[in-house]
Amino acid sequence: MGERSTMPLIEVANLGVRLNTSRGPAQAVRGVSFALKRGETLGLVGESGCGKSVTALSLMGLLPDSAVVTGSIKLDGGELAGLSDADYCRLRGNRISMIFQEPMTALNPMHTIGHQVAEPLRRHKKYSASQARRETIALLDRVGLPDPARRVDAYPHQFSGGQRQRVTIAMALACEPDLLIADEPTTALDVTIQGQILDLIADLVEERGMSMILISHDLGVIAENVQRMMVMYGGTIIESGPTDEVFRRMGHPYTQGLFRARPKLGARKGTRLTTISGTVPELADLPSGCTFADRCPLVIEQCRAALPPMVDVGPGHFVRCIRTDVSMAERVGALTA
Amino acid sequence: MSTAPLLDVKDLEQRYTLPRESVFRPPGQVRALNGVSVRVDAGKSLGIVGESGSGKSTFARVVMALERPTSGQVALLGRDLNRISADELRRARRDFQMVFQDPYGSLDPRQTIARIVAEPLTVLEGIDRTTLRARVSAVLRQVGLRDADTEKYPHEFSGGQRQRIAIARALITQPKLIVADEPVSALDVSVQAQVLNLMQDLQEQFGLSYVLISHDLAVVDYLCDEVAVMYLGRVVEQGRPEDLFERCAHPYTRALLDAVPRVRAGGGRRRRGAQAIASQSAVATGCPYVSRCALADQHCREVLPELRKVGETHLAACHKAEAVMALPQLPVEG
Repeated sequence: MGERSTMPLIEVANLGVRLNTSRGPAQAVRGVSFALKRGETLGLVGESGCGKSVTALSLMGLLPDSAVVTGSIKLDGGELAGLSDADYCRLRGNRISMIFQEPMTALNPMHTIGHQVAEPLRRHKKYSASQARRETIALLDRVGLPDPARRVDAYPHQFSGGQRQRVTIAMALACEPDLLIADEPTTALDVTIQGQILDLIADLVEERGMSMILISHDLGVIAENVQRMMVMYGGTIIESGPTDEVFRRMGHPYTQGLFRARPKLGARKGTRLTTISGTVPELADLPSGCTFADRCPLVIEQCRAALPPMVDVGPGHFVRCIRTDVSMAERVGALTA
Repeated sequence: MSTAPLLDVKDLEQRYTLPRESVFRPPGQVRALNGVSVRVDAGKSLGIVGESGSGKSTFARVVMALERPTSGQVALLGRDLNRISADELRRARRDFQMVFQDPYGSLDPRQTIARIVAEPLTVLEGIDRTTLRARVSAVLRQVGLRDADTEKYPHEFSGGQRQRIAIARALITQPKLIVADEPVSALDVSVQAQVLNLMQDLQEQFGLSYVLISHDLAVVDYLCDEVAVMYLGRVVEQGRPEDLFERCAHPYTRALLDAVPRVRAGGGRRRRGAQAIASQSAVATGCPYVSRCALADQHCREVLPELRKVGETHLAACHKAEAVMALPQLPVEG
């Protein structure tokens, strides 16, 4: 251990991703930097189009060919940005793997689940067919699929949504990756099944000492499942810190707005939800200064001049806002609401 | 005696026949609705919650008279929708409209907003073009869109705006009842709040009633006067939101509430018990929830619990309702 435990497993510095969309080039991710140690869990929160999934895909090397990536992504000190496809293929599913949102489309309907879970084992670990089959059954058993020895030869359509997500988790874990990226893993599932899947992921992360990046739009899911979190908006990180710290005292007007806009249990009929006016900006034409300026209740002239720097507001807690003196005076958070 | 309710649903049953598996056995059946009875008074809202497969969307389709139920009745303003002629039903449709879950799939991409929103009116009533145009722009303004938007196409709008268009299309016939099947679950959090506030404003303004189908208990809590929790085609608990969410009487409601991730002081994970999955087609005796229930005993396995009164405005179908209500309250959001 020693040196390995202090060095970050994944280190992203000044990541930028430019995508070619039908509306012209769009800077989907700008200046994203973070580091994650072994065994740490990090949450990425934001609404559609904020760049959270593009950030994840760039770690996986799964961006479209036309995408332009700048900055650096280091895994255990080795640079991933600009890695050839063949080299990436050796990492993907082996050292970094991903669970996708839609268990219905993440599995190939033409192959048995056993074949699909065994694929990374055959490919990366060079297991023989019988070895891989034995390991696959053990994996399916671990993720809680009932009767795995018989079900291993079944096809995806023969499973429910929750069971299919268990299969994709087994696939992602087959080679015991160092980093697991879960992109909205429970959004397509019922709330009771969501609880089970998140419990399962938490157990496995702990058991295997993996690092995890959990992407979600649900602040509740983030609050319960990760140690640190980052809030993204318009392609940049606008707030980051230890989860408890961020929820104790939210700093960015956008994070506060998201928190207030959530319908909460116990909010009776007749109460009004506080909304964030306007909509998420198009990535193709982002405002030049703070990306949230057009929707922000605290906006002043300077906000539009330049992208605000990250301001240190507490232990490990950073906010990209020049008006934290005002926004944080209100004390919005789980402890104060 | 009070006046007739706006919507009165009695003993609704809906079964679907599965493909035959053997020539020697009768084909299996999915029992999507097993005797659902609810009523909604004018200006009030009913929320229906439950997991996928609980029958909540089947319920919406039957209430909208898009499907004929196997048995039972759906009465709107005292008229049984399954007994009136097709022509009468077509005219009755102006009183009840629907908003669907997916604002990307529910709007025809090749029609302008004006045509999409006007369609219910042009189909239901012969109306001259100037009046029609005036009604379209009035209803678009009511949902927060501009006159300039009428000649645009759906792809030019964001998800939240599209859901506003879908609501405008439902509103244009001046209905008494809107059935909304997961109207905000496809939207971003910040936009979801805008649409929920809009739905509440429209209700106050026009005295509308909603039947709101949702898996999100907080959304239902925010918008509804009464909530029915469905499990495998039955209403297992019904009451005002405060009855259900503060003193729930059915273990299934409790499991649903417990599963909602919460933002609260202290954070961290709460463990939930494992839950088995029950089948929709099995005809079992006893309580349908028995395989997932921690409190189940022999009596539960043998006798189907009827929906019974457990409070002034609170019904539950559980033999152990009193025991469930006595359990400690679930943690609330901070």
